[in-house]
Amino acid sequence: MEQLKTIGRELAIGSHGGWGQSKEFLDLVKSIGEARSKAEEDRIILREVESLRRRIAEPDVPRRKMKEYIIRLVYAEMLGHDASFGYIHAVKMTHDDALPLKRTGYLAVTLFLSEDHDLIILIVNTIQKDLRSDNYLVVCAALAAVCKLINEETIPAVLPQVVDLLAHPKEAVRRKAVMALHRFYQRSPASVSHLVSNFRKRLCDNDPGVMGATLCPLFDLISADVNSYKDLVISFVGILKQVAERRLPKTYDYHQMAAPFIQIKLLKILALLGSGDKQASGHMYNVLGDIFRKCEQSSNIGNAVLYESICCVSSIYPNAKLLEAAAEATSKFLKSDSHNLKYMGVDALGRLIRINPDIAEEHQLAVIDCLEDPDDTLKRKTFELLYKMTKSTNVEVIVDRMIEYMINISDNHYKTEIASRCVELAEQFAPTNEWFIRTMNKVFEHAGDLVNVRVAHNLMRLIAEGFGEDDEGAESQLRSSAVDSYLRILGEPKLPSLFLQVICWVLGEYGTADGKYPAAYIIGKLCDVTEALLCDDTVKAYAISAIMKICAFEISEGRKVEMLPECQSLIDELSTSHSTDLEQRAYELQALLCLESQAVESVMPLDASCEDIEIDKNLTFLKDFVQQSIENGARPYIPESERSGTSNVSNFKSQYQHEASSHMLRFEAYELPRPSPAHVIPQVSVPTPIADFFPVPETTYNSETSQASKLSSVADASSAAHGIKLHLDGVQRRWGRPTYSSSSGPSSTTSTEKTTNGITHIDGVGSQSRDKLNESRRQQPEVSAEKQKLAASLFGGSAGKTEKKATSTQRAPKGNTRNAERPGVSRSVSPETSKEKAAPSVPDLLDLGEPNPTSTTIVDPFKQLEGLVGPTPVPSPLDNSVKTSGLETPDLMAAVYTDLPPSGSSSGSFTSTTRDMHSADKTSNTATSEPSIKKGPFPQDSLRKDARARQVGVTPTGNNPNLFKDLLG
Amino acid sequence: MGIRFVLLVNKQGQTRLAQYYAEHLTLDERRALEGEIVRKCLARTEQQCSFVEHRNYKIVYRRYASLFFLVGVDNDENELAILEFIHLFVETMDRHFGNVCELDIMFHLEKAHFMLEEMVMNGCIVETSKSNILMPIQLMDKAS
Repeated sequence: MEQLKTIGRELAIGSHGGWGQSKEFLDLVKSIGEARSKAEEDRIILREVESLRRRIAEPDVPRRKMKEYIIRLVYAEMLGHDASFGYIHAVKMTHDDALPLKRTGYLAVTLFLSEDHDLIILIVNTIQKDLRSDNYLVVCAALAAVCKLINEETIPAVLPQVVDLLAHPKEAVRRKAVMALHRFYQRSPASVSHLVSNFRKRLCDNDPGVMGATLCPLFDLISADVNSYKDLVISFVGILKQVAERRLPKTYDYHQMAAPFIQIKLLKILALLGSGDKQASGHMYNVLGDIFRKCEQSSNIGNAVLYESICCVSSIYPNAKLLEAAAEATSKFLKSDSHNLKYMGVDALGRLIRINPDIAEEHQLAVIDCLEDPDDTLKRKTFELLYKMTKSTNVEVIVDRMIEYMINISDNHYKTEIASRCVELAEQFAPTNEWFIRTMNKVFEHAGDLVNVRVAHNLMRLIAEGFGEDDEGAESQLRSSAVDSYLRILGEPKLPSLFLQVICWVLGEYGTADGKYPAAYIIGKLCDVTEALLCDDTVKAYAISAIMKICAFEISEGRKVEMLPECQSLIDELSTSHSTDLEQRAYELQALLCLESQAVESVMPLDASCEDIEIDKNLTFLKDFVQQSIENGARPYIPESERSGTSNVSNFKSQYQHEASSHMLRFEAYELPRPSPAHVIPQVSVPTPIADFFPVPETTYNSETSQASKLSSVADASSAAHGIKLHLDGVQRRWGRPTYSSSSGPSSTTSTEKTTNGITHIDGVGSQSRDKLNESRRQQPEVSAEKQKLAASLFGGSAGKTEKKATSTQRAPKGNTRNAERPGVSRSVSPETSKEKAAPSVPDLLDLGEPNPTSTTIVDPFKQLEGLVGPTPVPSPLDNSVKTSGLETPDLMAAVYTDLPPSGSSSGSFTSTTRDMHSADKTSNTATSEPSIKKGPFPQDSLRKDARARQVGVTPTGNNPNLFKDLLG
Repeated sequence: MGIRFVLLVNKQGQTRLAQYYAEHLTLDERRALEGEIVRKCLARTEQQCSFVEHRNYKIVYRRYASLFFLVGVDNDENELAILEFIHLFVETMDRHFGNVCELDIMFHLEKAHFMLEEMVMNGCIVETSKSNILMPIQLMDKAS
């Protein structure tokens, strides 16, 4: 049976295309399909590419043959092999008059070329021509190409035509023209900013397809600027209402849902428009309520719409009734057996708790199930939810869980994300200092190279400055606990560089502060750090500076520093280092060791990291020096803006840029030639800046000056003289930035300015986090394996809630916005007022015919056309049977899932997945496999032979038997 | 932007159709991306979600016989809807080819592309009516 079906399938191949597919092509496809490995596939394609390279360039390749070649090129590129030699032939094919060839050409070009490819310029002309075509299918093909190929530079070439096409009588053209404009908007919003009103107009198009397409650009426009589109709220609500009431043509139905994809897009737009806007949201309540009521929960698509409604409800101004409905739908998602629905449920819950945190409590166990599920996707989504509901009462449990998970994943992208979340939560909600440091240590240890440098700086600042308390004892306790933990961690192999930097810094500053560890011990540890395998220069620099600090502290205390042998060898090594920074540090350390204690104390004061460094940007301390220099005859400093030489340069620059911008490609016909104006003169007047810009070998300078002086007869005499003088400066500073180059006092001031500014100064980001960490240190129950306990710690009981209130009053502003202000809001809107607002009758925007939803006024244009063209030339029995059966039961195909023969190797198991997608359909269908034999006769002898061989069993069917298996069966 | 790419890959990891919307990737980038994604999806069991996070986007996938349909989307896309979009695409091909199979798509690669071209533009779903999607393709067939 299986083999018969296979034969039928092979015989049927080509019956759709009718003409054009040669044996070669069939063989190619077949051999690709049967390739057992990537290597084999590569060999086939390489051979194919070679033969195509030869044959495609032959003269007089028939057009149809060429189409086939192009598709073979598409195959080559799709399977990862370069076919750039054939691009030009694809471009040529777009010129063809026959639509299938033209469209194939456009398709190949869009697949091959990136939008800044050189060949695109060759297609623009063809596109322009095709946009004017009488055949609307040609126009559609061109518009599809416009969406892929037109870049910012070429937009002006087609823009007027695309705008004209918005009023084309064919809806397919209008739809594509809207999308072309959308593309232009994506590429360069400024290019279509004056055409935005067209989108509003198309929203009221009487074809639902055009209206649906228009929602895409409008969504983008609205997300960029909500307030300009508030007037459309009523229109969108009206459209959604009509769609939900099934006023759209039946062809838009999908699995008994009325135009679900349009509904979803509308809901997305409404969510944007209603966000934080009570009045706009008021209009939406009614229709959203309707959708919740009507939505079918047995199908995937129904749930998709439902999910989008939940998103919308949680985004707009809260309405108690709708929130209740949304919560109910969410709980159904969470309780479902399908992982997909659970995933959506967790996401929806994350949105709802932003409005009402209490909703989460009901679903504690479901959430924990998701968290412990082996499915990684679900787990991550749940972590996202936990991240959203973290507060000071549950931060320890959540962050610990996150870190535990983080340690076990290898995906760096996600690791980075979860690490930064851990840090954020820890900074915001940490209950105690010890916990915070412990948490940060873990994050650094396991994801140190992935976290932001800023995090390391924050941690260092935190340890240095404490938590903002005046309690010295607590601060030094924090520091010594940090030192303890770092000394312990240093035993671990392979610590990330960033973490080592933090460790070195802390050990240097505070390693000996509490007297627990002798200086020699710390120095020894630091030397060990530099000897580690993965130690980079930055860590070495941190380490040597730390050693220097410890030595300085020892010396200033009056103790003698004995140089450990490993430390001495480190210094020796670094003082001959390739890095000048390390070299400098090593010499500084050596110099420091020779100083006496008082000098050392002022060079390296103890615990000076918190001291603010004041920067005097006006350099007032240099005033005296400057004054003195000027009195001694130095020239005064001239600010850059006032210098004559440079202003010339910048003029020239802007002129140059202006010219460059006017050098854009032009797509309209050339104007008639006009007598050219004398362009030469203005450029001659500024010859010197050119010398500054384009370094010329020194020998040419002489000749150029003489040239300039010759030209001075044309140019203004004084400017020429000026130019010659500047010219000499140009010789000196050819390579530098074009600045005023006088070599006296002023330039020395600039250099001092630089060095003073060069002092590194850490900006004050951390003070906020410090404040937040400051509060609330309370005990948390230990995490036990038991879910109930975990739930309690995650979601918190009533005790947790009162605590939460208490903390939120003292918390820093950021913490407040997280969960305050919500519960009150959700109750404030009464359903009565919302109903009144939504009541006004809505204009019938779509104009889809009056009361009867399934009105006959909507004529299927496809059927009309069918009538025009006449009966199908070769009606194959199978096609008909499938079509009619498809009409009777739209979900028939789904039923075929159950029909898979068990012999179908690996595909047997697949039934269960799809079955859970379409559990509704249980009708069995056995008829599909047999009639396929009857598919039209097929001329290719070889294939038939091959099929026969299969039947006999000569060729193993096992190569890729699935090729012949119906996708839906 | 919504949809970033649509990929059809069989379970041997061989690409059967590829269309990218957001950016033009080089051949090597595509190869790497497709390989990574397919490996990820193949490793999943059938009870698990049909969604996978990969780099900075999400992949919604669905398996039909030997073929995986993979759609890469932005993070704020409705995953269930994309899942159904895949099915709509398959149903549309099914209506055109009749019991569509992997080989149909291979022999008529351009037609599968044309259908997708009607359904998705600029990464947005623009047409979901099967008759509207198929009309230009059938008119083209008849004309030739």
